[in-house]
Amino acid sequence: MTNERPEGRDILVKVDNVSMQFGANLVLRDVSLEIPVGQTLVLLGESGCGKTVLLKTIIGLIRPTRGHVMFNGIDLTTLSEKEISVLRLRFGFVFQNAALFDSLTVGQNVAFPLRQHRKMGADEMRELVLENLAAVGLPDDVIFKKPAELSGGMRKRVGLARALILNPELVLYDEPTTGLDPIMADVINELILRTSRRGMVTSIVVTHDMATARKVADRIVMLFPLSRLEPNEPQIIFDGSPDQLDTVRDRRVRQFVKGEAGQRMMEMRATAGQLINKTE
Amino acid sequence: MASVADLGRPPSHSFIDRLTNWIADWGQVFIEGITALGKFGLFVWRTLAWTIQLPKSETIFPNFYSIGVSSLPVVALTGTFIGMVLAVQSYAQFAQMGLETRLGAVINMTLVRELGPVLAATMLAGRVGSAMAAELGTMRVTEQIDALASMGANPIRYLVVPRFLACLFMIPALTAMADFMGVAGGHFYSVWVLGIDIHHYWSNSAAFVTTFDLFQGLIKSVFFGSAISMVACYQGFNCDAGAEGVGRAATASFVYSFVVILILDLFLGILLESINQSIETAGTGLM
Repeated sequence: MTNERPEGRDILVKVDNVSMQFGANLVLRDVSLEIPVGQTLVLLGESGCGKTVLLKTIIGLIRPTRGHVMFNGIDLTTLSEKEISVLRLRFGFVFQNAALFDSLTVGQNVAFPLRQHRKMGADEMRELVLENLAAVGLPDDVIFKKPAELSGGMRKRVGLARALILNPELVLYDEPTTGLDPIMADVINELILRTSRRGMVTSIVVTHDMATARKVADRIVMLFPLSRLEPNEPQIIFDGSPDQLDTVRDRRVRQFVKGEAGQRMMEMRATAGQLINKTE
Repeated sequence: MASVADLGRPPSHSFIDRLTNWIADWGQVFIEGITALGKFGLFVWRTLAWTIQLPKSETIFPNFYSIGVSSLPVVALTGTFIGMVLAVQSYAQFAQMGLETRLGAVINMTLVRELGPVLAATMLAGRVGSAMAAELGTMRVTEQIDALASMGANPIRYLVVPRFLACLFMIPALTAMADFMGVAGGHFYSVWVLGIDIHHYWSNSAAFVTTFDLFQGLIKSVFFGSAISMVACYQGFNCDAGAEGVGRAATASFVYSFVVILILDLFLGILLESINQSIETAGTGLM
C-alpha cells in the first residue's frame, strides 16, 4: 500500500465551500476538499459531525444549502435529477447497513444496477452476479436467499458486490465496518483495499474506526461537530496522511485517535450543569 | 419548570414576552403547515411527471395484485354487510309510512352514490395505504430509497408511480364490487328476511337510480384512489427515523387519507350534482 498523497493527478471530486442546513440545524459549514483520481480518502469524525451528510452530498443524494460539488469538472448542484441519475452510474455507494432491498433476493439485489442500465441476457447477467459475489467471498447458493437470512458481515459484502458491479470510478463507503466483529471488519478492510487497487478507483470511506482508517487510507480528513466549534473555526480539523496523525498537536484530533473521553466528559458535565441551572 | 424544548429560549416572564412567544409558536405551526403542503404538491407533481413515462411492467403488476386482487374479499364482505345494515336501519321508518317497497331505491341509491365508493376507499386506505406508508417508511429509514437513487433508479418512478397507477385503476373495480355486493346484501335482507315484494323493490330501484348515479360513484372513487396513494407514499417517503417514525407514518397515512376522502366526497358530490343538473336542464330544454 502506498501512503503517499498522489500529487499532480487530476482532481476527480471537488467540494467547494459546501454548507448544509436541515431546518435550523447547521451540519456542514464551508467545507472544501479536493480528491485526486485514485486516492483513498478516509473521513473521520465523531457521530453527528456531518460525515455521512458530506458523503451523500458528494453523490448528489442531498443538495447542499450553499456551495458546489464538482465531479470530473461537472457541477452536480446545477444538474437535473435525470442528469444526476446518469452520472451516478459512475459511483458506487456502500451503505452503513447495506440497504439491500428486502423484497428481492440477494441475486436480484446484486443484479439490480445491471437490470436498470445494461441490456444483457439472463445467463450473462447471472455469471456477472456470481463473479462479483465470489470476489467478495460469497458462495453461489447465496443468490437465492433473502437479505433477512444473512448475517451482518454477509449483508455488507453483498452491498459491496452490488456497489461494484458496474465498475464505478468512485466508491463511497458509509461506516463499512460498524457493527462487525474484528475479523469480519478486517475482511471488509481488505476488500476496500483490493477495490481501490483495481484500476484507478477513487474511494471515500466514512468511518470512526481507527483500524480501518490506518489500514486503507492514503489521506485522512477529520471533521468536527459544528455545535462545539466557534463561529469562525474551520470544520476540518485535520487533513493529512495516516502517519501525520500520530504527530499532530491538535488536542481534539489526538483524543479521537486515542479514543479518550476526558475532555468530552467535562464538556458534557458543563452542558448538563447549564441545563439544570436553566430549568430551576 | 420549563420543558426541554424551551431551553433554547431566554426565560420569559412578562405578558409581552409570553404574547410574542405565543404568536411565534403559532407562526411556526402555520409556516410548517404551508411548507408541508408545498412539499406534498411538489411530490404529486413529480409523480404525475414520471407517470407519463410508464414504469416497467415488472414493478406494476405485483402492485395491481396486492392492491386490487388481495383487497377484493374484504371489500366484498364489508359491502354485503353495509347493504344488509342499510335494510335493517331504514325498514322501520319506511314501514311506518307504508313505503317499504321504496327501500330498494333508498338502499341502492345510497350504495352506488355514497357508501360503495367511500367504503371501498376507506378499506383501501386502511388495508393498502397504511401498508404502503409503512413499507416505504421502512425503506426510507433503512436507506433503501437512497440506495435506489444511488444506483441511478428514480425512487418516485420505481416506487411511487406503480402504486399510484395500481390505486387509480383498481379502485373503480373495488368500488364496483362493493356496490354489487351491497346491492345483493340489501336485496337478500329486504326480500328474503323482511319479505318485501321483489317486483316493487326492483321497479322502484329502476325508477330512481340512474346510470349517472352509478358513474358518479365510480368517478369519485378514482379521485379517492389517487389521493390515498399520494398521501400514503408521501408519508412513507417523509418518514422519521426509527420504528416510531414508521408507525407514525402508517397512522398518519390512514388519518389524512380518511380526512381527504371525506373532504373530496363533499366537493365532488357538489360538483357532480351540478353537472347532473345542467345535463338534465339541457335535456329538458331540447325536448
